[in-house]
Amino acid sequence: MAEQIKNRSKVSPVDTSKDLVYKFANKSIPNVPRTSAGLEAYSGEWGNSQILHLLRRTTFSQRLEDISLLKTKTLKQSVDHLLTAQTLPTPPVKQIIGDDTELAIGDTWINAIYNYGINSGVINSYRKTSLRSWWVGLMLNESVNIREKMTLFWNNHFATELDEIDEPKSGYVLNNILRTNALGNFKALTKQITLTPAMLRYLNGYLNSATAPDENYARELQELFTLGKGPDSNYTEADIKAAARVLSGWRINNLTFPPTTFYDNTKHDKTNKQFSSFYNNTIIIGKNSSTAGEEELDDLLKMIFTQEEVSKHICRKLYRWFIYYVIDKNAEDNVITPLAKIFRDSNYEIKPVLNALFNSAHFFEFVNIGCVIKNPIDFMISSFKQYYVALPEQTNIAVVYDTWRYIYDLAGSMQLKMTDPPNVAGWPAFWQEPQYYELWINSDTFPKRAQFSDLLISTNGTTRGGFKLVIDTLILANKLTNPSNPNSLIQELVEYLYPISISTDQINFLKTNTLLSGQTSDVYWTDAWNAYKANPTNAATKKIVTDRLQMLLKYMMSGMSEYQLS
Amino acid sequence: MNRRDFIQKTVPLSFLPFFIGGYSIKAFGRSPFLESLISAATETNNVLVLIQLNGGNDGLNTVLPIDQYSNLSNARSNILIAENKILKLTNATGLHPAMTGMKKLYDSGKLSVVQSVGYPNPNFSHFRATDIWLTASDSNQYETSGWMGRYLSDQNEFPEYPTGYPNSVMPDPLAIQIGSVISSGLQGYSANMGMAITSPTNFYQFISNTVDPAPNTPAGHELTYIRQVAQQTNLFAGAIKNAATKATNKSTLYPVAPDNSLGDQLKIVARLIAGGLKTRIYIVSIGGFDTHSIQAVAGQTETGTHANLLRRLSSAIEAFQDDIKLLGAENRVLGMTFSEFGRRIKSNSSGGTDHGSAAPLFLFGKNVKSGILGSNPIISSSVSANDNVPMQYDFRSVYASVLKSWFGVPDAELQRVLFKNFQSLPIITSTNIATHEDVKPNRFELFQNYPNPFNPSTKIRFNSSGSNLTLKVYDMTGKEIQTIAEGNYPSGSHEVTFYANGLPSGIYYYRLQSGSYTEMKAMALVK
Repeated sequence: MAEQIKNRSKVSPVDTSKDLVYKFANKSIPNVPRTSAGLEAYSGEWGNSQILHLLRRTTFSQRLEDISLLKTKTLKQSVDHLLTAQTLPTPPVKQIIGDDTELAIGDTWINAIYNYGINSGVINSYRKTSLRSWWVGLMLNESVNIREKMTLFWNNHFATELDEIDEPKSGYVLNNILRTNALGNFKALTKQITLTPAMLRYLNGYLNSATAPDENYARELQELFTLGKGPDSNYTEADIKAAARVLSGWRINNLTFPPTTFYDNTKHDKTNKQFSSFYNNTIIIGKNSSTAGEEELDDLLKMIFTQEEVSKHICRKLYRWFIYYVIDKNAEDNVITPLAKIFRDSNYEIKPVLNALFNSAHFFEFVNIGCVIKNPIDFMISSFKQYYVALPEQTNIAVVYDTWRYIYDLAGSMQLKMTDPPNVAGWPAFWQEPQYYELWINSDTFPKRAQFSDLLISTNGTTRGGFKLVIDTLILANKLTNPSNPNSLIQELVEYLYPISISTDQINFLKTNTLLSGQTSDVYWTDAWNAYKANPTNAATKKIVTDRLQMLLKYMMSGMSEYQLS
Repeated sequence: MNRRDFIQKTVPLSFLPFFIGGYSIKAFGRSPFLESLISAATETNNVLVLIQLNGGNDGLNTVLPIDQYSNLSNARSNILIAENKILKLTNATGLHPAMTGMKKLYDSGKLSVVQSVGYPNPNFSHFRATDIWLTASDSNQYETSGWMGRYLSDQNEFPEYPTGYPNSVMPDPLAIQIGSVISSGLQGYSANMGMAITSPTNFYQFISNTVDPAPNTPAGHELTYIRQVAQQTNLFAGAIKNAATKATNKSTLYPVAPDNSLGDQLKIVARLIAGGLKTRIYIVSIGGFDTHSIQAVAGQTETGTHANLLRRLSSAIEAFQDDIKLLGAENRVLGMTFSEFGRRIKSNSSGGTDHGSAAPLFLFGKNVKSGILGSNPIISSSVSANDNVPMQYDFRSVYASVLKSWFGVPDAELQRVLFKNFQSLPIITSTNIATHEDVKPNRFELFQNYPNPFNPSTKIRFNSSGSNLTLKVYDMTGKEIQTIAEGNYPSGSHEVTFYANGLPSGIYYYRLQSGSYTEMKAMALVK
């Protein structure tokens, strides 16, 4: 455990000299039309387009059944449904035969001992993979609910790197805190995060003592987690030093399973802590008792949370997560400011904020539809769910986890590694000006997205543990309203797969060159479809429609950029 | 010297300039795997341009059998081209009057007509027939890969594609499809071997770094960005731009856009070929040949829908041929048309024709064996609605001939690509790679059956020069009925008996084939 004391900010700007920032990405914040609509309740049409917009932005599930479900509800009821609390999932388990000999496949490891001396690195590695795969499984299996998207939001906000923490049980505890509090109280969440072993380890809080203060967490708590770096966030370097002293004395007990946090009063700085005028010259009185650490932490959070900027900072982050990255003056005045007030008025409950945002006229404004570039995990999960890709039986744990891992790995290769944002600031696509979402798409990641969707829709798909993952185009086609009509079929797919419409020319191009094999009369597709429906088990008629649907959907995914939008 | 010889004899392996999958080759050392990669592709600079006529082209109004004119006019008087308007190639055979450009090519020795190309047991569905032509399968065989894809991904060509491509051996796309999404004909054993330039607009955007206009919204802003990345990260964007900047079209014969989309597509092909792309196959297409009704103007049958289609085809090919000549690339370009089927002999009462089977196809270019291969289809005096032009040449014989004579594909590879052996046809005169092997035997001959008409059996006599042959019987729809002789028949005269037990009365065709030789005759079963 020989770790050096790190007194540095882990945030470094993206190196724009590399291809990571593609040459066409924003050179400045784009001057695009925005809206003056605010938080007033949306009162317009509630149809497929609005339902899909809400589902795309807030959930991992945009299946036809999900649309039907929300169609039976009003917008308000739909948002309530999305924000309904869910029971917590059963924890991740051992998924692979290997060196983790204490456990059998299917046993959870979240509170299991292991012998540090033997293969601890290998065992850690299995368990980290299990945790990450399991999370993918939760996303895949979630119905119409916001929880996993919010859990990922908090993973991005209170960013830590599991590979650097390298302690899977603490990683699970942290992930569970994010999930449990996903729609809870932000202030309470901040306190729990401050004291969880994963964060103590990641930002060196467990090394912070009166004689050798470590400012790392004290800095990020203010700069990233609460106040942010907005224009009205004027804490000083002295405030960081003072906060670090408040936070001294917390330690990790690695002999419990999972590791636990305890307070060591002998390591705590017991002197008074003086803050700057930004904090109204607050003095946090130094204490000396077994509860001193927690009491002073409460005082610190209370002081920080009196700043309105905290609520604004979080609302801006939510805005960039759910709506768009450009926050102009209208959005600041009509959305962020009133939303932040709701946040404060509810004593930092998250749910009322989301409720107001998703019911707002602003959220459904035309200019806010389709302008998010799907992040890699959104891209992967939606590709699986929208096509109803069959997954292995849950009882086959090794294959199930391996399938989930496949998705985790690919999303990672596309630059979103769940549980491991690149640094404490989170994924640059949510904070790096002026490129933001455009950072997801570059000369490395775009071909990977295209290769993935091409593979998934190829005849043989891809195989994990003997299980074939493949898009069966007929499952989706059979669920559409009128698949025998090529125009209606394509129209419905466009609405289902793309957040924005495409031109009549493009629809005709798709129709003629895929469903119609170059023919000019629609009836040939209708005949082929009807021949298949008349005898659905006949391999020959089935192949005729399958080949054409594959061509269509393959092109709609990798050949048209609209598929990358949310 | 082929590439393998060149590499082994002249360059020390450790200094090869090739990169495979990003690794310098010297890191691998010498291995059979490596050599198979280096020596992968057959050396060729030849290019094949395929023109797909979507919808099923009416072959009988494209290449007209003038010697069958009176029977034809019984069968399709409402659409038949007036005899005096036909552009005569020979006394017996002529082209549709709209095809003046292709007539000029014929006269200058650059056009080959292959008569009655089809396959046994034809399918009349556009989709299935298109799939059969693109996959080169039998009528009852379902394949996922395409014939061009199998050729390009064969072990002798580019089996590892796309891993490690582009590279210095093959810096360019293997195949380019213009005007559509990528053809299933280019689907290889695992990967698709081609890239698509979905429209001429798309091509000009490619070379000018622009993309489709998007709405002025945040979504439009992000869409434009992704489109730019998508376009620029195409593996071959650089190669295509480079080729396009090196050459400009020189022919003045191209039709003015947007009247002739085929011309627009071929214009791009000419530019890319002349710009130096090593791409072997280009596919372009023109639609609208599904002429069920009013395919010609009544009383002026040389005009109308079908005439316009053939005019576009003919003028686009003429301009393209002129262009590649002016661009100095004529010697290495071969063109070929195909359509999923021909149309019925008898026209319908809507002034059109319904789905048929065999039809002529064209090959064009400086190196084609100009002329007409095969005989005119025989039109009976009483054609019924379901009668079809019988097949003389299997379309896979045409593919086999092109692959063998134009791309130098060895027999074992041909067998893999086309699943079995097909006769080689004399359609290409000279090539940079393989000497054409004209296997036509000297003394083959097929005689009229006796008795004729017959019931229930008849004798068929033929002469063999002593090689493998097949003699098969087909009905009027082109359906294969029976194989009556197959195998190696010694030199001399032979006689076989055809038993028509269980067959209905009607006209039947019997067809003798050996190598490039085919001959077909009709016989009548009268019960």
